[in-house]
This record gives sequence, C-alpha cells and structure tokens, in this order.
Amino acid sequence: MQENTLSKPAALPQLPKSPTGIEGLDEITEGGLPKGRPTLICGSAGCGKTLMGIEFLVRGIQEYDEPGVLMAFEETGEELAANVASLGFDLKDLQERKMLRVDHVHVDRSEIEETGEYDLEGLFIRLGYAIDAIGAKRVVLDTIESLFSGFPNQAVLRSEIRRLFRWLKDRGVTTVITAERGDGTLTRQGLEEYVSDCVILLDNRVIDQITTRRLRIVKYRGSTHGTNEYPYLITEDGISVLPVTSLRLEHQVSNNIVSSGIPALDEMFGRRGFYQGSSVLITGTAGTAKTTLASAFAEKICQTGQRCLFFAFEESPQQLIRNMSSVSIDLEKHVRENRLRIEASRPTLNGLEQHLVTLHRLVKEFKPDAVVIDPITNLITVGNLSEVRSMLTRLIDFLKVSGITAFFTALVNGGVGRAEMTEEGVSSLVDTWISVRDLEGIGERNRGLSILKSRGMAHSNQVREFIVTDHGIELLDVVLGPTGIVTGAGRLTQQLEERAQALAAQQEAERRDRELERRRRMLEANIANLRTEFESVEEELRQISTHEQTRHEALVSGKQRITSANPPAPKAPDSGETGK
Amino acid sequence: MQELPPASAFITLSMAEDFNEPLDEETWELRLYVAGQTPKSVTAVANLRKYCEQHLKGRYKLEVIDLQENPQLAEGDQILAIPTLVRKVPEPIRKIIGDLSNEEKVLVGLDVRSLTNK
Repeated sequence: MQENTLSKPAALPQLPKSPTGIEGLDEITEGGLPKGRPTLICGSAGCGKTLMGIEFLVRGIQEYDEPGVLMAFEETGEELAANVASLGFDLKDLQERKMLRVDHVHVDRSEIEETGEYDLEGLFIRLGYAIDAIGAKRVVLDTIESLFSGFPNQAVLRSEIRRLFRWLKDRGVTTVITAERGDGTLTRQGLEEYVSDCVILLDNRVIDQITTRRLRIVKYRGSTHGTNEYPYLITEDGISVLPVTSLRLEHQVSNNIVSSGIPALDEMFGRRGFYQGSSVLITGTAGTAKTTLASAFAEKICQTGQRCLFFAFEESPQQLIRNMSSVSIDLEKHVRENRLRIEASRPTLNGLEQHLVTLHRLVKEFKPDAVVIDPITNLITVGNLSEVRSMLTRLIDFLKVSGITAFFTALVNGGVGRAEMTEEGVSSLVDTWISVRDLEGIGERNRGLSILKSRGMAHSNQVREFIVTDHGIELLDVVLGPTGIVTGAGRLTQQLEERAQALAAQQEAERRDRELERRRRMLEANIANLRTEFESVEEELRQISTHEQTRHEALVSGKQRITSANPPAPKAPDSGETGK
Repeated sequence: MQELPPASAFITLSMAEDFNEPLDEETWELRLYVAGQTPKSVTAVANLRKYCEQHLKGRYKLEVIDLQENPQLAEGDQILAIPTLVRKVPEPIRKIIGDLSNEEKVLVGLDVRSLTNK
C-alpha cells in the first residue's frame, strides 16, 4: 500500500493520501485523495463522475492492491460492467477475484410506505458487510442522491447521510461519493460538500461548439492542492487529467545539437543548430516559407536516421509532399521508410485537449525524435488565447520531458491580436525563436530571416535574405549597402556595382604589377651594363698585371742566364751558401 | 408466482408463526428486517404482531430478520431503512418502513383492509 508520508523522517507526518492512479489527478492533489476519508465528486450529467469513481476503484485494485466496494444506486452491476468494458476494465473478473464488490441499491418510492420512525441502518449494514467481505480499503457510492428520491423524510436522510460520512471515516475506508450538481450549489442537497474532506468538481462546458471537460479541486482538508481548473478527457484508457506531465520544470537537458536542415541557417547559431529537446518557433507572415523551413527540418531529422512526427493543420499529407518536392525536399521517401509520419487534421475537428491527447498518444506510439506542428496559430480557432497558451505550455513541457525537439510554426500578421499572441503567449516558452518576414522594397517582396532569440548559445544578429529555389532553401550572403542590408534587386545592383569596383581594382593592381615588372627589367638591364663595364675594367687590370708578371719573369730568367755565363769565384758558392 | 425466500432466511428465522390451515386465500408472507434490539425495532415487531393477529389471523407467515446477525440478507430485499417490513406474498412486493406506529398506514400499505372486508 502506497504511503506518501515519511519522505522526511524529521518532518511532521503529513496527511496520508491514497493515490487514485488516474493520470494527472495525483499530481494535482499532490499524492491522491485523503486516505480513510470521504471525497465528493460532483458535476452535472455527462461529466464522468461514475467513471472516475470506478477508475479509482479499479486502479486501486490493479496498481495498489486495495480491494474496493462499489455501491451503485443508479445502475446495476451488469450495466456498469458493460459501460466500463470499453475502457478495458473487467469488473466481472475483479469480482471473481474477490477484489471488487458491486452492490446495486435499488430505491423505488412507489414500493415504499412510511409509517413512524426509521433510520438507514440497513444501508450501513450492507456497506459494512460488503467492506468486511473483501477487506475493502476503497468505497465508491454512486450516486447517493438517489436516496433522496426514494425516501420522503428529508430530515432523517440528512442526519443519516451525515452519520454515514462519520461512519465511513471511522471505518477508515477511502471513500468517493458522487453527487449531481445543484442549482447554485455544488450538490442538490447542499450537504455532502460540507461533510466531505475533499471536493472535486467536474464540469462540462461548451464554448463555440467545442466541449471541454474541466476539473477543479474545491476543497481539500489538511493538504495543499492545485487550485486551477484542469481540463480532463475521457479517453480509451480512462480519465486523463491534464497536465499529464510534471508540473515542475525539472527535465533533463541534452547537449546534442540537431541541424535545422539548412546549412547556412545552422551557421547563424553559435553551435551550428538547435539543442536536442529544445523548442523552436518560426513566426512569419503569410507566404514566408514557414512550412518549407519546417519540412527542411523534418527531412534533415529523417536523413540522420531519426524519426519525425509532422502535424499539419493546413495541408493534407499528399499536398504537403507534392509541394515540398517542388523545392527538392523529398518527404515521401521518409514516409515510406516510416521515419516520417504526417498527421493532418483540421484543428476544428477536435477540442484543444483532444489534440493534445492525440499528440501524446502518437508520441508514445511513434517515439519520434522531433515533432513539427504547422502551424500552432491555427489552434486558436478552437480555443481562446489563454487556453491555447496553457495547452502549448503543457505540450512543450511534455516534449521537453521526453527529450523531443519541437518545431512550431506560427502565423503572424500585421494586426495586433495575433502578433501579441505569439509574442506573449508562446515566445517565453520556446528556446529558439526565428522570425521570417517580408522585406518589402521598391516594387518587390523579399524574404528575410533573423534569429530573435536562442537560449544557451550565441547567434547571429543579422537579417539574412533567403530564397526558395528548386534545390531547397538557400540563405544568401549578407550584402551591405550604404543604408544597411540590401535585398532583391537592390542586392543585385549592389552586387553589380561591387563587381565593377572589384574589376577596376583588379585592373589597377594588374597595371601596378606590370609597372613593377618593367622597373625590375630596367634595373636588371642596368645591372647587366654595370657588370659588363666592370668586366672590361677587370680584364684591363688583369692584363696589366699579367704584363707585369711576364716582364718580371723575363728579368729573372735574364739574370740567371747572365749568372750561368759568368761562373762566380770558387769560394763564391760558399759565400753564396753562407749568404743564404 | 410465489417467490421463495433464500434458504438461509429460514435458518435465521427468529420467530415463525406458521398456521398451516388450508385457506382459500394464499398465505401472507411477511418479513420484518430489524437491526438489533433498538427501540424502533422492538416497537415495530410488537406493532406488526398485533396487526397480524387482528387482521390476518391464521393466514400469515412472519419472519423477523436481524441484520446485525445476518448482514448478507440485506441485499436480497434491497433493505436500506430499518425497520423495513416487506410483503413478499401476495405480489406485488410492498415495503413499509418505520416503526409501524400508524396502524391505518400499515394496513393501507399492506393492502390488508380490502382483504378483511371480503
């Protein structure tokens, strides 16, 4: 049995709670219904009061091993079993396993005559017997008001119901009592809400032909609780109260980067793309290629072997595939390989919450790495601003917790209303915000793209012009004119001018090069001249020195010859020797 | 058609006055559900016995069932209020709740008067 207390031994014991197992409800009630105390679920017809009661019992049995008693005043056991069979609850099986006991209480006023004093001890005995028979921890009474139609004496009934609540508390069973909503009060009798420890109000509202069910916790003795109205849905798996995800901002973050699918756009981000699991918003006026940008992203995700879920609220899958193939984005291949799933529906098909649940379901089923919603602004047609915002908050939270990269497009127009919606409603929620817009110049429109924000990384501050070509989206290099960035024809003119200037500069440079060459050649010629001169001088000088040497040698040889012709005195060699 | 009470009901019979005289009219089967010896229960038993002796002498079967002892019997007759008198036979089933202090109402409720007037 689940105890929600004792998380901190030193702290005072908190009110023990009994988890309902109903998706989302335990988050709002911070752990479940008050354990061992009565809880009232009230609401008008078609709110799912009985269903919530039964789900409380069935989940209690299946998930927390707490047997339960269902005392039904309106429907028989067979009817109830048939009604909830579609949700996968097998009441018969649970009854056979002695985990559930269904007691149908039939009250028919026409059969009953009243004389003298009485009390409802019989009900207590029946309930007590049922509880003891299976050791029940949970009890559901559906709908106790039927008693009022069956018994004429209101005073007795009121005191007996008061006694019943007291008795249930003393038995220590967690009880859910359903009641119809009264006129201006929470219940018809205006009694149960005061004797219950927790009151949950269910509401079924139709706004602009779209029904939304909402749940609010009116009171919860001894515990804090979410006080808002929370939308809930009756799905194939039972009741699902939104937020289905954590109400806290405690998700894991990834440092991985995913590409936007456009290399030049990646370059504009400090880390060459978006963080995985972050949320990206592209806003733009009509015809600014938001869908194309989204498709490029989807294609890139699929090309890297990941899976992408594409919600198209404007185009059918076939139309989207055809249109994107005209700009060389081949989505069909990825659809065939089951890496891309396109879910197209009109937003008005369902209520907002239903869309959210569809998305949840598909995400769980398909397990995508990225989700594209094109465009989120269309959802406004089915809800007002605050609703769309709260839905998107929950959606973004859900995707973030799941680590799925979210890519939204949003249409903005010049008007005030929707632009505000985007700015105030969503932009604070998303991590990366890219704006595409028309840059209308003289006689033409061009598309400009800029990054308004990118949490956690540096980004370019430039407005880049981008064009959609047959090969996909191309971001053009920034062209700066005298008055800033220029686009379109202006850009072309600017480019031409620049080209002319560059040509002139080049020619000038070439001319300079030639001049230099000439100078060099002149210099070299001069050098050659000088060298020739030097050579001739050198030769002359060398000649002179050769003559000199020849003369000297001739002189020496002449002297020798003279000496050999006149031999010296015999002593001469001695003297010659000594002379040496 | 006479609806037979569950077999266990007879075991718990705290008081059965069976006057098996062959009669033209069918035997009245009455069950009184009480819970312990509360003043209301005691009053109801005494009142009922008195009326039966006066108006249905020899033609009735009376069971008094104490739900404190046999809580499982409450479900069968859809008992909520205590004390409850159930007329099983003749059909249709009729229920009278309270301590049966108003004789007029009990007899009307059981539809006894018409019978005694015959």
